[in-house]
Order: sequence, then C-alpha cells, then structure tokens
Amino acid sequence: MVDLAFLLVTFFMLTATPTEDTAVVVDTPSSTSDRQLPDKGVLTITIDKNKRVFFSTESQQVKMQALEKVGAKYGQSFSEKQKKQFALLPDFGLPVQQLGAFLNLPGDQRKQVNQPGIPVDSLNNQLAEWVMTSRNANINVLGSAPYIAIKGDGTADVPTVKNVIKILQEKNLNRFYLITDLENKPVASN
Amino acid sequence: MAEIQQSADSGGKGGKKRAKKMSTKIDMTPMVDLAFLLLTFFMLTTTFAKPKVMQISMPVKPDREEEQNELKASDAFTVLLGENNKIFYYEGLMDPNTKLQPTDYTATGIRQILLQRRASRPSTVVMIKAADKANYKNMVDILDEMTITGQKKYALVDISKEDENLIQKSGL
Repeated sequence: MVDLAFLLVTFFMLTATPTEDTAVVVDTPSSTSDRQLPDKGVLTITIDKNKRVFFSTESQQVKMQALEKVGAKYGQSFSEKQKKQFALLPDFGLPVQQLGAFLNLPGDQRKQVNQPGIPVDSLNNQLAEWVMTSRNANINVLGSAPYIAIKGDGTADVPTVKNVIKILQEKNLNRFYLITDLENKPVASN
Repeated sequence: MAEIQQSADSGGKGGKKRAKKMSTKIDMTPMVDLAFLLLTFFMLTTTFAKPKVMQISMPVKPDREEEQNELKASDAFTVLLGENNKIFYYEGLMDPNTKLQPTDYTATGIRQILLQRRASRPSTVVMIKAADKANYKNMVDILDEMTITGQKKYALVDISKEDENLIQKSGL
C-alpha cells in the first residue's frame, strides 16, 4: 500500500502542471471536439463575460519581444525589470499605457487591480498590435507561426467575439481555435 | 500503530539469557502520513483535462468582388441565434414570404432538421447568423452541431436588419 502511495505521488508530481494564476477566470462552453490544444506556440485571446479582452502566450521571450515592439509603437518604454515582470505574467488585460504602472506594483497588489481589458475598438486597436507582434516574435523565437486560440466565456456576448474574429480576419489570420471543454459525443442518427 | 509489536522476550527453555533482540522494523507511520498528504495535494492541484479546441476557418478576404460565387437560393439554409438561447431557421434566401421556424438546441431540434435538410438536398450551405444578444455558448453549440451532423459547408455571417426584424415580428 505504501509502495502504491509513493507510486501515485511520483506519478502526480511528474504529470502535474501547476495551474496558472490567471487574471480572469472564464467558463468555456463545451463541444464534442476532441482535438487537443497544442503545447507550444499558442496565442490565447480570452474574452470574459464583461466584454473584457485579455491576451496571453506562454513563451517568455515572445512576451518580452512583443512588449518592446508594442511599447515602441505607442511611445512607451519599459525597463529591464518591467520586462522581466511582464514575461512572468500569465495574462493581462490592460492598455499598453497603463502597463508600466501595473508592472511596478508588487505582486500581491497586482491581483487586486481590476483590469479593464485590452482596447479592441477600431480607433485604438491594441489587440491587433499584440497579436501581430507576438506572431512575428513567435516566428523569430520558435521558428513557426503560432496557433491562435480564442477562449471565450459561455456567457460572453456575440458582438465582442465577432469583433475579435473580425480583427483577426483583417490581419489575414483566418484559421483559429476556439477553446472548449469536452462533452460526450452524441450519435448522429440519419 | 502501523505494526504489531511482537513479543520481544525470548524466554525459552534452558534459561539462557540471550541478548535482547532489537526489532529490525522502523516505524513508518510518519512517512506514510507524509506520502498520503503529498498524494492528496497533487491529486487536488493537478488539472488533468487539457482544454480541447475546435478549429474554425474563416474565409479568406476575396481580392476581387467578382470572384465570389452567388449562393443559390435553393441551397441556402439560414440559422438565426436569438437571445435567451432561442434558435430559428428558414430555408432559402431572405424574401418577403420567408417564414421563421423556431427550434431548439437539443438533439431532437436543430440536429434533426439539419439532417433532414441534408438528406433532401446534399448541397445545402448553412448560414449561421448570431444576433447581438445571443451568447458565445450558442455560437459554439451551433458550430458543434455542424460537426456532429457532418455539415461541411457553413459560414458565420453577420446578421442583417431584415433577419432581426423577422425575429422581432415572429414574437417568439
């Protein structure tokens, strides 16, 4: 029994991927699709039920490069320390202008910040910038174009989702993934 | 606790005084406790289910307007997603005589209708129009129905004013 217990401990220790402390929790709808989300090179766009849009990618290098480029575009510069902090963030939903101040906050205070979401309107379309710069950075770092995944809350509203899809289409990104939970496959009868 | 103490005295016959044998067993209780603690911890923190994904491909922006094909009215089948998880459909393209049919997201609702429609007309193209008040789950559900029923040709289309009026007029 003890042997078994240790076996299980080792098993769980090795398979465990610590759940990341994301800024927003979304409840994704379920689908019958059993395709797995790729492990590497995924840009995730999260849409929560309050129409906020968050952006995340797992590679730290990609994040740092993207931050530099997007910052430069909007006239924001970031220190090395801020860049490191940014690379450690699991996701974020702030206009780039507010990012500097946010990164200066200590970790525990950062959690209390109510992030307004990345601006996605046509006048101030920062999401498109983030997606394109991260995509280029991803090609530089990992050598392949990233997969783009949309992780929407089940109760997210359609106009926001459509808007995000439209932004991607405008950038000629026509193939992407919708993140869902697994649901049992029903039998389609003819 | 974990082991049964064996009688240590070897009071055999002969009365010979033997050296008291030390027990070779060590008490494993704390270690086992720890093992189970870790086991429970890892079991509870592990997220097993990696999220699944559903691939969708949007059409590439056409370079020229004339490259787009006209959709035949007889092939068209429109699904409208309304608020409060309502779903409607109509066959053919929009015209003044179009009548909206209500249905639902269950296996006996839209799925059967799609299957019947395809049996009678395999070249059907489904147009999915989500109203602004519908939610994202509805969108995923209907895209999922496309996969379940094996409908190959479908498109996410913006809802038109006429479609919205139709939903309003139907009063469902």
